[in-house]
Amino acid sequence: MKRWLLWVPLVGFAALLGVIAQGLLKPADRTVRSAMIGKPVPAFRLAAIAPGKPGLASDDLQGGQPRLLNIFASWCIPCIAEAPQLLRLKQLGVPIDAVAVRDTPDAVADFLRRNGDPYARIGSDRESAVQLALGSSGVPESFVVDGQGRIVLQHVGDIRADDVDAIAAAVRNAR
Amino acid sequence: MKRLLLLAAVLLSAPVLADSRLPPASFADTQLADPAKEAQAKELMATLRCLVCQGQSIADSDAEMAGDMRALVRRRIQGGERPDAIRRWLVERYGDYVTYDPPFGPATALLWIAPLLMLAAGVLLARQAFRKKPR
Repeated sequence: MKRWLLWVPLVGFAALLGVIAQGLLKPADRTVRSAMIGKPVPAFRLAAIAPGKPGLASDDLQGGQPRLLNIFASWCIPCIAEAPQLLRLKQLGVPIDAVAVRDTPDAVADFLRRNGDPYARIGSDRESAVQLALGSSGVPESFVVDGQGRIVLQHVGDIRADDVDAIAAAVRNAR
Repeated sequence: MKRLLLLAAVLLSAPVLADSRLPPASFADTQLADPAKEAQAKELMATLRCLVCQGQSIADSDAEMAGDMRALVRRRIQGGERPDAIRRWLVERYGDYVTYDPPFGPATALLWIAPLLMLAAGVLLARQAFRKKPR
């Protein structure tokens, strides 16, 4: 038996310990990000859901002007927290469209009455089909889409007060 | 006691609020009429990751989004699409993360090669052990 072989188990153990310690000290980021960044928005056409507001189609996102596409739902609690930030973005001149996931007209109308309405268009995505086509894995999520209909940025989770400037800048730079 | 009950109610309320009030998508929990196609769909669903409850396949998960993904798989299989094409469509959107059948690549090479490496190490070890036997 070679002497150095005696150390192999200890070294192996130390390496395992290192891997586990790293996992404990720096937990992996479990956020599921869309692989669609840099790609065009997939073709879709969604019916209207809110009174007096048009539905949303992928053609609407290719109007030559960058837009923010917000994936939300009336049954989603963080979406309520996000609503004031979306209103602020609207005030900053960011046009916002929305996909309402698994929602009903009554519930959406109620949500908009309570939390404000920053949206130009809202499409009804009853079976999460468009959400899945975009590579989104939950509500709320937001995508910055440039004037040619290409996705340039994804924001996972609710937009907080300190995210607003970065998102407004991303929309400005997306021309 | 009252406080305990209140706490229990709070624990119950979160999962209730986390889902929409719409019924599951058609095909989320309904099998396809053609048993061969249903079998294809089932096999594919077992290898796709639920994005909300990340340790489960969409076949196992009760999450609404998993239901919508099952509906998507069944509808496309019924439309005549091949399971591989559906998997590719999802990988294009969510990356390799969404499949439990990861393709061979720089990140997964070790995963695929490790069994062979271990087998080779075992053969080496065995050879040494047998050779050393004094006669």
